[in-house]
Amino acid sequence: MSAHDPAELAAARPDFAAIAAWIAQGASVLDLGCGDGSLLRYLKDTRKVRGYGVEISDANIVACIRNGVNVIQGDLESGLSGFESNAFDFVLLSQTLQATRHTEPLVQEMLRVGREGIVSFPNFGYWKNRMNVLRGNMPVSEELPYQWYDTPNVHLCTLHDFEDFCRDLDVTVLERRVMTGSSEVKLLPNLFGSTAVYRFQRGR
Amino acid sequence: MLPRYELAYETYGTLNSDKSNAILVCHALSGHHHVAGHYADDPKNTGWWDNMIGPGKPVDTDKFFVIGVNNLGGCHGSTGPSSMAPETGKPYGASFPVVTVEDWVESQARLADMIGIRQFAAVMGGSLGGMQAIQWSLSFPERVRHALVIAAAPHLTAENIAFNDVARNAILTDPDFHGGNFYEHGGVPRRGLRLARMLGHITYLSDNAMADKFGRSLRSGKLGYGYDIEFEIESYLRYQGDKFASYFDANTYLLMTKALDYFDPAREYQGNLDKAFLAAQADFLVVSFTTDWRFAPERSREIVNALLHNHRNVSYAEIASTHGHDSFLMPDQHYHAVMRAYLDRIAGEFSS
Repeated sequence: MSAHDPAELAAARPDFAAIAAWIAQGASVLDLGCGDGSLLRYLKDTRKVRGYGVEISDANIVACIRNGVNVIQGDLESGLSGFESNAFDFVLLSQTLQATRHTEPLVQEMLRVGREGIVSFPNFGYWKNRMNVLRGNMPVSEELPYQWYDTPNVHLCTLHDFEDFCRDLDVTVLERRVMTGSSEVKLLPNLFGSTAVYRFQRGR
Repeated sequence: MLPRYELAYETYGTLNSDKSNAILVCHALSGHHHVAGHYADDPKNTGWWDNMIGPGKPVDTDKFFVIGVNNLGGCHGSTGPSSMAPETGKPYGASFPVVTVEDWVESQARLADMIGIRQFAAVMGGSLGGMQAIQWSLSFPERVRHALVIAAAPHLTAENIAFNDVARNAILTDPDFHGGNFYEHGGVPRRGLRLARMLGHITYLSDNAMADKFGRSLRSGKLGYGYDIEFEIESYLRYQGDKFASYFDANTYLLMTKALDYFDPAREYQGNLDKAFLAAQADFLVVSFTTDWRFAPERSREIVNALLHNHRNVSYAEIASTHGHDSFLMPDQHYHAVMRAYLDRIAGEFSS
């Protein structure tokens, strides 16, 4: 199988499939912190999206170009001033929210350039994380693979935190999917879900 | 008006059967058609972009058919101010018309017609060469699949024009210039050309690159308290100036800098670059270098933004490099990895 085989990717990154399910065929997409371009490539292959990734790392720029996706090298933290308002159907922030420093203005920017925003992030309220903290250690896991001293994650949150944040920003959550591994979590998601994906838009 | 003209060009690699693997390499101010490799009888004369173009290199001549061309008005074989005017039997000199980037692209398109290339896999270039790649995408949108625009800008800034004007004034005020008709006086405006190149050279480097390479080192190790060459940087610049003045044509230098100054595709759209790029159909790779203050990354971002606003396919890389504007000619590992990745993608689009 090739490196960007859609089925293989969906198995490895269940949030990809969740995101793709919300995206209409042929939609325009901006993927912030797009990494090696796997998600964009997956959306191109499965949803025929048009779009761009924004990425800061040199190695990922090369990987995106090899992946056949458009990538713009830049720093999300300095804003999205190059993008026009309402230029995209969807603006994505996949597993990056927790690593952004200016999180609030960035979410505002997402909803300026896009009709809808989609974020996925590791749920800090997941019971295994809580257990770690109860035992007296910062959690280190598959979703949070870093030690406290080398983590890029400066703004970790729980599902409750994110939903409070949306309410304060006048952002309406349209849909939510909570997962642990590849299985969906319906019961007590803030406790039993390791990863959350939200779709949201401006206003009430 | 020129009654006729010739263009000097070189090709590398093999044109495939459906003529879909051709890449046109456009040169910058002092460049020419000899972009890669060397001649059997002149092994020291290596092409100016040899680290980028050749077998197994980012622009792999085992896959691509590469064309290097000397621009109209140049002094490396194409018709230019030093060429003989057929009606007078004397060099054109001052009577050679000012040419623009649009004219170059037009003449390059005729060359492509002659070789039988309807559409280029890519048109690429750095600096003024990048401007030609942009112009190709606007003048002949359907003839360019990819435009590779490196260390370029959508137009020159006032500061850039100012540098060009000082350089031109050095030449124009040299007594040996003779209003551009120096050929018949048996000399060349060497002093002016030398100064122009020295000034230009400073702007192609960066403060740090110069500090690293030369610092304040002295040629003889001690101060002489005079006006002779003392600091290594002085020695280097004068050497570069002398070398350049020994082979480059002063009129070509004037003409090339003017073409740079005039380039501004947004001009006919009241400065609206988005509208200028409406015509473009090519996919773009835009590359800039962090220490390039002559064609700074912000200028490349203007190009990128205009392409984004027109929903064109574009990728943009900003390369951390110490060499200023000259970085585009340097064999930086990451820069070449970006180029190789993009060119491999282009090569994947046609069958060899």
